[in-house]
Amino acid sequence: MSTGVAIVGAAESDLGVTGRSILGLQAQAVSRAVEDAGLTLADVDGLATTGVSRFSTTQVADYLGLRPSWTDSTFAGGSAFEMYVARAAQAIEAGQCSTVVISYASNQRSARSRSLAGVVETHTPEAQFETPYGPLYPISYYAMAAQQYLHRYGGSREALAEVAVAAREWALLNPAAFRHGAGPLTAADVLAAPMVSTPLTTADCCLVTDGGGAVVLTSLDRARDLPKPPVRVLGYGECTTNTSMTAVDDLTVTGAVESGRAAFARAGLVPADVDVAEVYDSFTVTVVLTLEALGFCGRGEALDWIAGGRIRPGGDFPLDTSGGGLSYCHPGQYGVLLLVEAVRQLRGECGARQVPGAEVALAHGTGGILSTHATVLLGVDR
Amino acid sequence: MSAEVPEPDEVTGPWWEATRRRILLVQSCGACGHTQHPPRALCTGCGSDRHLDWVEASGAAVVDACTVVERAMPGFAPPYVVARVRLAEGVLLLSNVVADDPYLLDTGDRLRLDWRPLPDGRALPVFVPSER
Ligand SMILES: [Zn+2]
Repeated sequence: MSTGVAIVGAAESDLGVTGRSILGLQAQAVSRAVEDAGLTLADVDGLATTGVSRFSTTQVADYLGLRPSWTDSTFAGGSAFEMYVARAAQAIEAGQCSTVVISYASNQRSARSRSLAGVVETHTPEAQFETPYGPLYPISYYAMAAQQYLHRYGGSREALAEVAVAAREWALLNPAAFRHGAGPLTAADVLAAPMVSTPLTTADCCLVTDGGGAVVLTSLDRARDLPKPPVRVLGYGECTTNTSMTAVDDLTVTGAVESGRAAFARAGLVPADVDVAEVYDSFTVTVVLTLEALGFCGRGEALDWIAGGRIRPGGDFPLDTSGGGLSYCHPGQYGVLLLVEAVRQLRGECGARQVPGAEVALAHGTGGILSTHATVLLGVDR
Repeated sequence: MSAEVPEPDEVTGPWWEATRRRILLVQSCGACGHTQHPPRALCTGCGSDRHLDWVEASGAAVVDACTVVERAMPGFAPPYVVARVRLAEGVLLLSNVVADDPYLLDTGDRLRLDWRPLPDGRALPVFVPSER
């Protein structure tokens, strides 16, 4: 099993409040990642990105002066980048291209471009049948998922807040994190933060920051000749489920069930093999639902399972070790930064937040309103 | 209290027309018996684009999931309830539940249909808690 493809470069752009343009941040992320790989832009013949413009990949290729033989602009919200890894691995193995850059950047905080209502396209069924009722997009959907989860399994908001509390603990160890200097967060802080859409407060919701990142992929054979240790793409899987807030019958069971099953099967691994997990934390509840769907614990068990420090630094299940979208960086579509952190953990580059001896990492992206789910398993080259 | 509601299209027209008479329609497939919402040009149960018809909903429903929105959006006055409402016919609708105390609403609560008029004569189906 596994694939013959590796990630050989990984980098962030400037993060936080940058005052920079989207393409300026893209250029930073790409050039830093290509340099990290020990390559040059001239080596890049495949490109995947989103969130720039209608012709996102074309736009970035033009800006970078590239004429790629393979591109992908699949729009799938925050999970797009985990999907790109799958498609890039396939394209490299099929010989359509040899070196792929996956990139993303947003200046949403500097540009104040985020709206509580999301983006409404008037020709969609949602514009006729959902938007008129005033749901915050995407927050109210996750809020309903949290409400139903807590109702069904009898969990508390305090227990859910552990996801945000743990994320902050990790951010305190990451100098690049937006909340690095903010001090610890308690469950009481999360509950006392301004309510947005019950039961989720602002502290249950990811940050709104600028930021971006890029990763570089090539064949494992070529990767072994490059300066940094290759990070192998072991498996991948995805599942696309809904745009409507009413399409999924059971709010608490997500498409991560299918994406995770496919990724673990392809890699020949099981959840217990994962040493470090980078799971999209758009909201605290996103993590709870995803951990259950991926099989790390049973349905309705996640709140008990994460209690007691398991997902905090030093715990036996290191989760969202950068500080996550909740406390590190959330530039709108955060999935590329899950990959960057997973690669750095497997290379042992993470300093104070390093998970000792991490050999298998999981990166799981979630987009939209639990709409798109993509799992990537990465591993050291043994 | 609502956003602008777009014009119906050729598929959703009958559904919206019925709201002028305060009738809530659900799409139902004569080939496989599947019911669905929102209306579509084909049945997601069997794929047929020739057997879809309309049935009138009874208006009885229960809360599937709900949230009280507390942040102001243009055109809306918080706090208000956004809910996934399950009709007796089986389908889920997104809607508002107009309750005296929005914070007491919970999954499983029984609801009945009500209407919020739109300026053009159409109406939005909304829900209120049933008398116990
Ligand atoms: Zn049918």
